[in-house]
Amino acid sequence: MDVVIENLPVLIFQGAKITLQITIISVAIGCLLGLIGGLSRLSRRKVLRFLATAYVDFFRGTPLLVQIFIVYFGIPKLLMDLQSFMVDSYGMTPVADSFALPRFLAAVIACSLNSGAYVAEIFRAGVQSIERGQMEAARSLGMTHGQAMRYVILPQAFKRVIPPLGNEFIAMLKDTSLLSVIGFAELTRNGQLIIARTYESFAIWLTVGFIYLIMTFTLSRIVDYLERRYKTGD
Amino acid sequence: MIEVKNLYKNFGKLEVLKDINCRVALQEVVCVIGPSGSGKSTFLRCLNLLEEPTAGDIYIDGINLTDKNTNINAVRQDVGMVFQRFNLFPHKTALDNVCLAPMKVKKLSRDEAEKIARELLDKVGLSDKADVYPEQLSGGQQQRVAIARVLAMRPKVMLFDEPTSALDPEMVGEVLAVMKDLAREGMTMVVVTHEMGFAREVGDRVIFMDEGRLVEEGTPEQVFGNPQNERTRTFLGKIL
Repeated sequence: MDVVIENLPVLIFQGAKITLQITIISVAIGCLLGLIGGLSRLSRRKVLRFLATAYVDFFRGTPLLVQIFIVYFGIPKLLMDLQSFMVDSYGMTPVADSFALPRFLAAVIACSLNSGAYVAEIFRAGVQSIERGQMEAARSLGMTHGQAMRYVILPQAFKRVIPPLGNEFIAMLKDTSLLSVIGFAELTRNGQLIIARTYESFAIWLTVGFIYLIMTFTLSRIVDYLERRYKTGD
Repeated sequence: MIEVKNLYKNFGKLEVLKDINCRVALQEVVCVIGPSGSGKSTFLRCLNLLEEPTAGDIYIDGINLTDKNTNINAVRQDVGMVFQRFNLFPHKTALDNVCLAPMKVKKLSRDEAEKIARELLDKVGLSDKADVYPEQLSGGQQQRVAIARVLAMRPKVMLFDEPTSALDPEMVGEVLAVMKDLAREGMTMVVVTHEMGFAREVGDRVIFMDEGRLVEEGTPEQVFGNPQNERTRTFLGKIL
């Protein structure tokens, strides 16, 4: 018990705080990517639709862990090889000794891209759930497709996607634990480090789990509340 | 005002409209009747290009809608449409439903748009419902707001797609009354309807459609009193 109390401040004020931070940042960027991706999936332009579909398929169809490895290890290696190739073939002067990304940046990139793919599907479903008559009414009044989207369809769709977005947030909060494998100091990584020092596996992992539970439990209550609030008036 | 020439519409292999030709004069009220699946609604929806015609020409106020260079959004400002299911915007109050298009499309200021909207809500008898959301309104009230929303764009033509079919019987009258007022004021109207009483009383002309063809047209007296075509007689015999 002492070991838990002793390490609780670190787990909460370093671990959980970082976990929450990276989740908020990633889902926020994910929402932006998702809005673009979701609308592109519904676009009349084939190229846009294809690109968005490829993006969604790739990031939903591969494990987040692999995506983290690609961003953190794969991309710097690729850039390094590219540089060597340019130096050898065209006599370019090397621009860097290493293209290693800061862990935080790699974490944000991987989690945002992953989240964006899920959010894109949420937005697409949200827009498609709005009755066709809404678009028809707006267009028949002379609005362009863009105006109809902006003033009629999206405001209604946003209301409907709040609960699934909340669920995406909760899922991402748990999935950020995978960032521990690249040594990113979020909650799980902090747990590992404490155990490496104290050997108290059971107590610390239980505590780490419990901290996640408190966060997800609180969030899911908030999602429930929003769901109830937005169910009426729809 | 409206001229339709050799209009065809296919949905895949299904021919929904076959060689429709007709004209609607300024200030005329034309009622389109016919059995379900006869293509009446599709015909109406071609008139503001909610359905893209497969072939043929549609002229509204001299502008060819099927011409690729026609700005359809500009034409639609002049051609209002009232839907069977109202299609009010549920996230906006009655007033904002009416204000939205004038503000965003015609770029009127909030004050100007609101002034027009309040006048129109008053006209359809709903001045006390301005701040109410659609879900709190009855079907008849919703449809009257929808009519006000269309009128706010000052259209030259109004298309009605079975405007009373989704209403409880006791609410049909209030919507028809508003439409009668519009007809009296000289609005050019094309009305797809099952309300034969309305067609007879308000319509200047009645068009009977069956199986995608314009089978018969004439004054209400002609079509209802002395139908020439066998199919018209069969249809009217069933419903009158």
